[in-house]
Amino acid sequence: MLEIKNLNVSIGDRKILNDFNLTVQDGEVAAIMGPNGTGKSTLSYVIAGRKDYTVETGEVFLDGVNLLELEPDVRAAKGLFLAFQYPLEIPGVATLTFLKAALNAQRKQRGEEELSTPDFMKRVKQASDKLGIKSDMLKRALNVGFSGGEKKRMDILQMALLEPSFGILDETDSGLDIDALRVVAEGVNSLRSPKRGFLVITHYQRLLDYIVPDTVHVMAQGQIVRTGGKELALELEKSGYRDYVTEQAVA
Amino acid sequence: MSAQIIPTRTPAETALAEAFAAAKPALPGGAEVAKLREESFAAFHDAGLPHRRVEAWHYTDLRALMREALPIAPLPAAAAIEALRAEFAGPGALAQRLVLVDGAFAPELSDSMPAGVVVRSLASVLAEGRPDLIALLAGQGLGAKDPIAALNAALMQDGVVIEVAPGAQIAEPINLVYATAASAPSACFTRSLIVVGAGASVRLAETSHGKGARRGQTFGCLVVSVGDGAKFDHTAMVTETVAGSVRLETFIAHVGAEAKFDSFALITGGGLVRRQIFMRFDGADSVASLRGVSLLRGREHADTTLFVEHGAPNCSGRETFKYILDEESTGVFQGKIHVAPHAQKTDGKMLSRALLLSDTAAMNNKPELEIFADDVACGHGATCGGLNVDQLFYLQARGLPFAEAESLLLDAFAGELVDEIENEALVAGFRAEIAKWLSARSKG
Ligand SMILES: Nc1ncnc2c1ncn2[C@@H]1O[C@H](COP(=O)(O)OP(=O)(O)O)[C@@H](O)[C@H]1O
Ligand SMILES: [Mg+2]
Repeated sequence: MLEIKNLNVSIGDRKILNDFNLTVQDGEVAAIMGPNGTGKSTLSYVIAGRKDYTVETGEVFLDGVNLLELEPDVRAAKGLFLAFQYPLEIPGVATLTFLKAALNAQRKQRGEEELSTPDFMKRVKQASDKLGIKSDMLKRALNVGFSGGEKKRMDILQMALLEPSFGILDETDSGLDIDALRVVAEGVNSLRSPKRGFLVITHYQRLLDYIVPDTVHVMAQGQIVRTGGKELALELEKSGYRDYVTEQAVA
Repeated sequence: MSAQIIPTRTPAETALAEAFAAAKPALPGGAEVAKLREESFAAFHDAGLPHRRVEAWHYTDLRALMREALPIAPLPAAAAIEALRAEFAGPGALAQRLVLVDGAFAPELSDSMPAGVVVRSLASVLAEGRPDLIALLAGQGLGAKDPIAALNAALMQDGVVIEVAPGAQIAEPINLVYATAASAPSACFTRSLIVVGAGASVRLAETSHGKGARRGQTFGCLVVSVGDGAKFDHTAMVTETVAGSVRLETFIAHVGAEAKFDSFALITGGGLVRRQIFMRFDGADSVASLRGVSLLRGREHADTTLFVEHGAPNCSGRETFKYILDEESTGVFQGKIHVAPHAQKTDGKMLSRALLLSDTAAMNNKPELEIFADDVACGHGATCGGLNVDQLFYLQARGLPFAEAESLLLDAFAGELVDEIENEALVAGFRAEIAKWLSARSKG
């Protein structure tokens, strides 16, 4: 379960998140929709532990553990996974090398044994087959020269291998054509389980046709301004975000 | 009447003058070589140890940094050679090796060479007085104005002269191994030559044996002459572990027509290291790649200075040098690409990239282009900064602790240039050396 309580975050002297509150239960898929620049990525980075932000007040609990006191790698080992809006290119680091290093680093932090190479390779093969990732891509440097769709699939592959208890997907649909979107969504759906929660951040309703959420939250000016079921996404598709933006600006 | 300028000599300069006077009678070579030595020493003596106001040495003020001149190492004692013989007999010793002990060629420790390769000691070549080889050894104008190259020419004691017959294809690397025997701090002056005949192919790998047991001052020079259509590959592992050591290496290369030239050097550790490379494309249609990685910490100082002369048309030169600078270390990169008026279609790209891991580390970059031809594609770039924080965060968010994420990125940064070496064993050796440096770092 992910619980975000009274989170106030700024960058420099600019306030980005305003008394942000949100709870996502185990097994729940919650969507956050909102206009660009409203702080969705900021929220995901703060939860994952990026340092550029000032957390003024608030708490973020994952399964009862206060994440904000932990280094990003420790948060990951505790079960948090963030699929980046823009996955980074890492020249000179072969994708397989990276996957193994990440998996074993997390296992080490949790006091588990390292995976044997055959075990590891078996898992990678299973997961990458599902996502249509070819083995020669795994030999290349991580994300270097990958298309937008390949990068997103690679992030989902990482999520499948790392088996987090909570996944945040930040605009996973951006830059994807419809076929790639379907593959990525299937990858995510196959990871849905009663024990695993998801926060799916998106600007467009389209993704939510494929990853059907349990709840939809509308975010504007650093706050959740409305909450509903999956039909809320369809409503937003028709009316856009204009109401929410002006409402906030006036308030 | 103009006032007479009496230059003040530093103690090191005075000691070097005394060392030359004392060593002169016993240094190898006939009258011609003696003349070369006198002229070279005069050139050094007139200039003195290079200092800040000497443009090519601006960032490596040798006059300030080299306070003393160590005595020249004596010829290695028989017992020392015996001790080394046992070490080289052990498993894992490099094959096809040529060993220099304190600068002196040690045939007892060296292997026989494959067909098509003839090796002699520098001392014997100088004594024989073969004018063709002596002309090549003198550099044929390259590095002629450099006082440290001149000092080496004046005092060159020994080294190896390797001749690779035209057309010979030498599959395995020739290992040129520098060993030390002297226990007292000492200096050595070596000069070696490799002549790669037309159409031949050979790889030379320079390494040190038994990591610097003593503090030393090494004045080395390697001269390469690459024949038309030949392929020359070269690596140098410059690892000094004794603080306070000085290592000044001059690398002179003449590249013929339609030739391929590839050189990589790794510098780690040691007090003060300078590698100066003087390369000239003498013939058309050749390709050269010069690469290097310097990994420095403490108060280490490493300088790579290049003079690449395009003296013939349609040659391509790639010079890429990387630095990882920790603590209070200093990196220097100077590179000058000179394109002669007739060297049309020159393709030259020079790049230096430095990662600074501490606020007290410093990088000095000076790339220069001097282009006198009008139809060329030449460029240079220099970057200097820290590791990319977004990449670091990405790796951390996947579970890698900060130190591990940093090591992975540093290893990738340095390893990229290593991986271009077309020899798996050498790639593995260099990558292991980089990993060792990185692990010493994460242990603090
Ligand atoms: N590193 C940063 N420095 C300064 N401003 C930033 C930084 N990152 C984001 N912002 C600003 O914070 C606001 C929220 O950005 P972001 O979280 O990326 O929004 P969203 O993901 O909803 O589009 C934007 O106005 C953006 O310009
Ligand atoms: Mg965003």
